[in-house]
Amino acid sequence: MNSREIIARRVALEFQDGDVVNLGIGIPTLAANYLPEGVQITLQSENGMLGMGPAAEPEQATNDLTDAGGNPVTILPGGCFFDSSVSFGLIRGGHVDKTVLGALEVDANGNLANWMIPGKRVPGMGGAMDLVTGARKVIVAMEHVNRNGSPKILQDCKLPLTAKNRVSLIVTNLAVISVKKGGGLVLEELAPEVSAEEVIEQTGAPLEISPNLKPMPILD
Amino acid sequence: MKNKVFSAQEAVARVKDGDHVMVGGFLQGGTPDVIVRELIRQGKKNLTVTSNDTGREGCAVYDLVFAGNVDRIIADYIGLNPRTGQMMIENPDSVQLFPQGTLAEKIRAGGFGLGGILTPTGVGTIVEQGKEKITIDGKEYLLELALRADVAMIRAHTADEAGNLIIRGTARNFNVVMAFAADYVIAEVDEIVPVGELDPDQITIPGTLIDAIVKGG
Repeated sequence: MNSREIIARRVALEFQDGDVVNLGIGIPTLAANYLPEGVQITLQSENGMLGMGPAAEPEQATNDLTDAGGNPVTILPGGCFFDSSVSFGLIRGGHVDKTVLGALEVDANGNLANWMIPGKRVPGMGGAMDLVTGARKVIVAMEHVNRNGSPKILQDCKLPLTAKNRVSLIVTNLAVISVKKGGGLVLEELAPEVSAEEVIEQTGAPLEISPNLKPMPILD
Repeated sequence: MKNKVFSAQEAVARVKDGDHVMVGGFLQGGTPDVIVRELIRQGKKNLTVTSNDTGREGCAVYDLVFAGNVDRIIADYIGLNPRTGQMMIENPDSVQLFPQGTLAEKIRAGGFGLGGILTPTGVGTIVEQGKEKITIDGKEYLLELALRADVAMIRAHTADEAGNLIIRGTARNFNVVMAFAADYVIAEVDEIVPVGELDPDQITIPGTLIDAIVKGG
């Protein structure tokens, strides 16, 4: 199992039947492929849809039905469309149960940085700030370290924040880490063949070890 | 009944150099490409453009920015338009970014007769710089002011000759709020039908907001 699949499979276990979920582009989107048996979720797409379905076949593709990346998609029975104001009313108003996003950095206080690198790349925040501010539960799904092998989980984010104190769970290819209310990180689960020492070594903030530390319950 | 159906050339001729133009759409979804291309063809200059994203390759608003017709941009995401990114590097004041939900609400406020809105989005981030913070019931909000424009260019599927619009699917996006927030509103549509043909229950945007209807491609 590659690291993206480990992350996606573990994130999928966070969803409960009936959840309204907004998934970021990349690894978070993959999580929808691994829903446990009996769990149905409703996907919200920030560009104006509840009940987003799979990618559209080329012959059904239309610019009138796209996902938040602009790719042609489908809508499932029971879904609906709305404009941007209503879409962000759903997001900001606490009507989205869970959002899963990637991160450049996430820290011990649940702060998230995922929208800009000053002087290098400023693509804009899009809907990320509203999602992280408004969704009931914010889950970060990412590789544990960056391309240079440096920790992305830090005591304090150095990059400009997306939102403060909103992340409650971090799922990586190495571990599941929860963020305590009021700050502090707890190592909850380990990925297959990963030791607590390895996780601690690759994390840039102190980790409390959960008394219930266990292997990730990843489904095959 | 006042005629609202015009050619792209006629409808866009009323846009002036220096105007603030809101352009509906989300990447390539729901974009009024024919009338935006007409802005380029007529060589309108020094425009301010409000757009979710200033488009991606193939979108008219993307080409409008590349053509150099735009001096100032208001958006929430510019990652797929390198020319917008370049403008921001050369002159940081020329591109203003807001969170997407905030941008939608600023435009809605502008169109709905409100002075602004209070949002928790951006509190504790650089988005709060220079903005008033207001605490209500112990929670902090940013005061984000209303946004209006001289012109809105929006896209719908069907119009009747009174300007009532039906938009399909995710093409609603910013088109709906922008229809309220400009002095002159041009709707580009696939199909124009006589008054009375549309079911009033199915109208996405009231026709009284629309000044010009242009048949698109």
